[in-house]
Amino acid sequence: MLEIKNLHVQAGNHEILKGVDLKVNVGEVHSIMGPNGSGKSTLAQVLAGRETYRVTEGEVLYDGKNLLEMAPEERACEGVFMAFQYPVEIPGVGSAQFLKAALNAIRKRRGLEELDAMEFLTLVKQKIKSLGVDEKLLHRSVNEGFSGGEKKRNEIFQMALLEPRLCIMDETDSGLDIDALKIVANGVNALRTPERAIVVITHYQRLLNYVVPDYVHVLLDGRIVKSGGKELALELEEKGYAWVEEEARAAAQA
Amino acid sequence: MIAVTQERDHYLESFARFEKATAGNGQEWLRPVRRAAIARFAELGFPTTRDEDWRFTNVAPIAQISFQLAGDAHIELAPRDIEQLTFPGPRDIQLVFVNGRYAPTLSSPASPSDGLSVRSLAQAFRDDRDVLEQHLTRYAGYHQDAFSALNTAFMEDGAFIHVPRGRVVEEPIRLLYVSTATDAPIVTHPRNLIVLDEDSQAVIVEDYVSLDADVYFSNVVTEAVVGQNSVLSHYLIEQESKQAFNVSTLRVEQGRSSSVASHTVLLGGALVRNNVHPVLAGEGGTCLINGLFMGTGRQHMDNFMLVEHASPHCDSRQFYQGILDEQSHGIFSGRIIVHKDAQKTDAKQTNNNLLLSQEAQIDTKPQLEIYADDVKCTHGATIGQIDEDAIFYLCSRGIVKDAARALLLFGFANESLERMKVESIRKHLQALVAQWLPEGKLLEEVR
Ligand SMILES: Nc1ncnc2c1ncn2[C@@H]1O[C@H](COP(=O)(O)OP(=O)(O)OP(=O)(O)O)[C@@H](O)[C@H]1O
Ligand SMILES: [Mg+2]
Repeated sequence: MLEIKNLHVQAGNHEILKGVDLKVNVGEVHSIMGPNGSGKSTLAQVLAGRETYRVTEGEVLYDGKNLLEMAPEERACEGVFMAFQYPVEIPGVGSAQFLKAALNAIRKRRGLEELDAMEFLTLVKQKIKSLGVDEKLLHRSVNEGFSGGEKKRNEIFQMALLEPRLCIMDETDSGLDIDALKIVANGVNALRTPERAIVVITHYQRLLNYVVPDYVHVLLDGRIVKSGGKELALELEEKGYAWVEEEARAAAQA
Repeated sequence: MIAVTQERDHYLESFARFEKATAGNGQEWLRPVRRAAIARFAELGFPTTRDEDWRFTNVAPIAQISFQLAGDAHIELAPRDIEQLTFPGPRDIQLVFVNGRYAPTLSSPASPSDGLSVRSLAQAFRDDRDVLEQHLTRYAGYHQDAFSALNTAFMEDGAFIHVPRGRVVEEPIRLLYVSTATDAPIVTHPRNLIVLDEDSQAVIVEDYVSLDADVYFSNVVTEAVVGQNSVLSHYLIEQESKQAFNVSTLRVEQGRSSSVASHTVLLGGALVRNNVHPVLAGEGGTCLINGLFMGTGRQHMDNFMLVEHASPHCDSRQFYQGILDEQSHGIFSGRIIVHKDAQKTDAKQTNNNLLLSQEAQIDTKPQLEIYADDVKCTHGATIGQIDEDAIFYLCSRGIVKDAARALLLFGFANESLERMKVESIRKHLQALVAQWLPEGKLLEEVR
């Protein structure tokens, strides 16, 4: 479903991703872990189409199509969803209005009827409950004045509503208490179906107890230096990243 | 210098003719104040950018045109010509002015049996002399301001609204000022007097619209006297032609425990000056001063706020938002004066602006003069561009870029519109704002 080949990305003159290779098949859950500043968010943002990053080399195929050629909104309509590490506050734009615009844009692209206000509200209310999001948030501006936890849950709520095929979650678990974490995990697991793929970017093993990944990758200084099964996450949790760095350095010298 | 003298002479000659033409019309009692006003204008002349209060606005384009007084030229308009010009809903109380002159066939004044007076000022000059003598020209000083001086010298028509004690007028009172094409550029001096007696309430909407893309000058003065415990919502919707000039002064005198909301939306005009000047004269008064100005092309929009706290325990809130595109120029001056006795004043001022192009310009200037010692005064201003992170966020959810932009701009403007409590007016303005946006069409789809 997603194939990243030798991806090099710069911001300004600074090279952040230095040749990332990653293949995600439909139905799989991948976790990407790595220390601060290793390039995890950069990867997520590039996949979602953020223009401040410049791809200097490599390619990304999504369903065999060149993802990098598509505008961010096209990617969304094709089923790519990125839950932001830092969701943006948008004063003046009502959450309900925003969600309806997004949902109908995507439905239109998929050849589905657009929903009217009533149908939209019914659907939203049904999804909102299961994710422990307060209905009042619908009447507020997008993310404005939301607490950290509310913002994260709001991202998962949007994901549940828009039903993407490729879900990329950038540290959605950071800063959540255990109850909120379980709610988020349930939301993600509900989307875990054979037609979808999920990429979970995280620093911690904790979320992975609930959303058990098929593969775990370590992103270090702009490269994926190690991949493994779910045990790798436990090992990283226990031992930190120093040993992976060591291994990577040794491999590079060899 | 010669040119400046000529500009003045034009108005002085015009005044001499005006006095002759209006002799014997029953307004002789106004003659002293008119004469004092034109004399003051002769002394002041038009302001220049050397005047601190006009630093960012050069009024030469107004001064240099020899505007003619509108006169009585009869223009026939049908109700349907004006229907679309303003917000929907009942028109039970509506005064329409065409080129400054009251148009009885288009208007529905309050019926005399009602106790409520809503009629043309021209008629009030005859019928309501007591109230007029008590209030007219008492608040909007012409001594400092050339435009108010001209208005006072030449005022002939406008709205007279008198809400009696205890009366709540639910439906908005509509004042519609329509400009039509004329042979030569004309000036009108609409003069409105609003008197709310004790414990009363009203919503009053001044709408300035144009049927043609013409050069003209609206020089407006509105005086509002808001009695003890009364509630006034005042709306000014300025949609003059893109070649027109509009200078308008709203002067509000607030009594004890009164509450006033002034809402202003500037969309039209080549050069617009919007003066809002409430004086919180009685204890415990509150005022909200809310405005939105949206400029494009070479439009120039100058908002000049002067909030005077003259009594203790009063609150004032100013919120102005500007969106400026192309080569437009916006100004926000927010002056707050807290007089010596106005202890426990709570005054707040916020001015947020979005610049949509490299050439667009905004000058924002807070000015606090505080002579009392126990007060709370805050001010803040921002000037920003459209938030690219927010655009990306919206796009990443499937919304096309232009629609995302429209959503953001609309959202920014809507913060101001949301403060307007009358739904029919708010919706009307939301539609006007959407129309204004280059990508507004997309907004209809996503809203
Ligand atoms: N727009 C940008 N311009 C310049 N440098 C950037 C930009 N975005 C990220 N960087 C830099 O690139 C590096 C990788 O950043 P990125 O946000 O991708 O890391 P991360 O792995 O997500 O870190 P964290 O775990 O802290 O979220 C950092 O050194 C960061 O400062
Ligand atoms: Mg990150």
